[in-house]
Amino acid sequence: MADETPKAEELIQIDHRPPAKQWMDVPVNIRKGMYCYASNPKSVEYLGLPNARPWNPIEEDWKLPENWQQILHEGFKERLEKFRSIKVFMDICVRCGACADKCHFFIGTGDPKNMPVLRAELLRSVYRNDFTLMGKLLGRYAGARPMTIDVLKEWWYYLFQCTECRRCSVFCPYGIDTAEITMFGRELLNLLGLNIDWIATPVANCYRTGNHLGIQPHAFKDMIDFFCDDIEEITGIRVEPNFNQKNADILFITPSGDVFADPGTYTAMGYLLLFHFLKEKYGLNVTWSTYASEGGNFGSFTSHETMKRLNAKMYLEAKRLKPKWILGGECGHMWRVITQYMDTMNGPADFMEAPVNPITGTRFENAKSTKMVHIAEFLADLIKHGKLDLDPSRNDNKIVTFHDSCNPARGMGMLDEPRYVIKSVANHFFEMPANTIREQTFCCGSGSGLNAGENMEERMAGALPRSNAVKYVHEKHGVNMLACVCAIDRAALPAAMDYWVPGVDVTGMTELVANALIMPGEQERTTDLRGEPLPGMEEADE
Amino acid sequence: MPTVEFSGKSFSVDEDGFIDDYKNWSEEWVQYVKAQEGIDELNDEHKKVIEVLREYYEKNGIAPMVRVLSKVTGFKLKHIYELFPSGPGKGACKMAGLPKPTGCV
Repeated sequence: MADETPKAEELIQIDHRPPAKQWMDVPVNIRKGMYCYASNPKSVEYLGLPNARPWNPIEEDWKLPENWQQILHEGFKERLEKFRSIKVFMDICVRCGACADKCHFFIGTGDPKNMPVLRAELLRSVYRNDFTLMGKLLGRYAGARPMTIDVLKEWWYYLFQCTECRRCSVFCPYGIDTAEITMFGRELLNLLGLNIDWIATPVANCYRTGNHLGIQPHAFKDMIDFFCDDIEEITGIRVEPNFNQKNADILFITPSGDVFADPGTYTAMGYLLLFHFLKEKYGLNVTWSTYASEGGNFGSFTSHETMKRLNAKMYLEAKRLKPKWILGGECGHMWRVITQYMDTMNGPADFMEAPVNPITGTRFENAKSTKMVHIAEFLADLIKHGKLDLDPSRNDNKIVTFHDSCNPARGMGMLDEPRYVIKSVANHFFEMPANTIREQTFCCGSGSGLNAGENMEERMAGALPRSNAVKYVHEKHGVNMLACVCAIDRAALPAAMDYWVPGVDVTGMTELVANALIMPGEQERTTDLRGEPLPGMEEADE
Repeated sequence: MPTVEFSGKSFSVDEDGFIDDYKNWSEEWVQYVKAQEGIDELNDEHKKVIEVLREYYEKNGIAPMVRVLSKVTGFKLKHIYELFPSGPGKGACKMAGLPKPTGCV
């Protein structure tokens, strides 16, 4: 964490009073700690996106093309014609303010331009000026303003202070999808080469090697083998995962963060144990791909085109390997892309079968078009049918709560399955307050590609509402483990916990499952997947 | 891209002070980061971490995950922080001339 990040007791001093001036008269102040570094030109160039050059957000000159206003205007116009949703979202808002205090960034910063209504108004004001009669005639009286360099900088600053989590949309009486407004705004910014590097470089990596981190096939296998070694030490069992195998029952795709970054790596070990169990007991054959080695899609934080390009890899790989269907791991925004965009972008995936769990016979009707099943659904189905041998007492030292990761919750309605799974494998579970979970879950504060290191103040401010709810159950019930089903969560929440609620660790759902899973032929287990002693085994450890 | 001068050598670095290209790494760079990190003396343990990082990067084109670094060197994460106060990423990887990883990490 950067040393200059304010301390928690400083950051909590939030002033929610708006400034005396009209919002259009308050100039943007791009402040260190609140923004991410500019995209690396090498990555922008690799993707063939416009205006690759080095630039710096805090410098006066952003090195834009001379006709940047025209590019933006035409880009806006083209998309209004192409996306009916955007046209409706531009016109329909009555500024009732129901969304205003629902955003974690507004709650955490007090900056009125982080009210979702006002963040969208940054774009709507230009829309009115350029595309509506009232705006053209009445200008500012009709809430219109022309696009200037200061307006552009304001767009950039605040469109990267939105995590596309869609909590505000839940409260919008019109159902305006504010995430789509941000996606649209970022797509326009990308026409001028105004991305952040924490997004641009993962997208370029993914386009080149198949995953955001740029892990090449041999390294990917190496990392999984490393987990297999650790699993052998803990359980006495050698798991032997398949890679790139044709005609397997299932192709498994998960975020590359799971195979690289702690604590996601323990979730990856959980997948390996689960698949080994299912193979031994039921003969189920699951394969990993070293090409479609990424569930996440930072392309969706860039533009529709890049989202489509990255999503296509999964389906191209499925075409090549010919599994019956795809099982998706604990990723967040992958599920938004799969559930709400894939079908019309690269789908329908007619070359695969409508997913049926071969062990239970359950048909996953919800996935019959995308052919992709969420691991929480899959696990819940197995547990419901009594197909897993579980000893939940192995998780007895973990007092667990569940953070609904935004996109599985709001982007696909995955609310009950993870809870059912977690409660089946852990005896101590407590919910956070009702208005902070399920559809109303608070974002980790780092989603949509904002989980960089240089914007730690922004991230910690955004994580305040979520952390506050964790703090409540930590103090009331002694919760010491925050479970989630998203790799950005697993990367972002440990920092948020250290900052706001020390003493709470972060875990994936499948890690908890694998701790409890009784493997055929296993040795007596004395530690969990992290090498920490199991309850009652503390002395054996010493 | 900013540049830093050290012991008569010049290095291009990114915003976080990571060297622009692994190939431009040199002994002077190590000395520069050592000063930046506030490390008094580079001992064999520091050198071992740097060696492991560079070897892994050359083979795989990416930094090793922290758990691999820990296992191969035999140093617990806490000890790596003792060696490199900014940690395995911002301290050790920087000294070894590796780029910082991005994504869900």
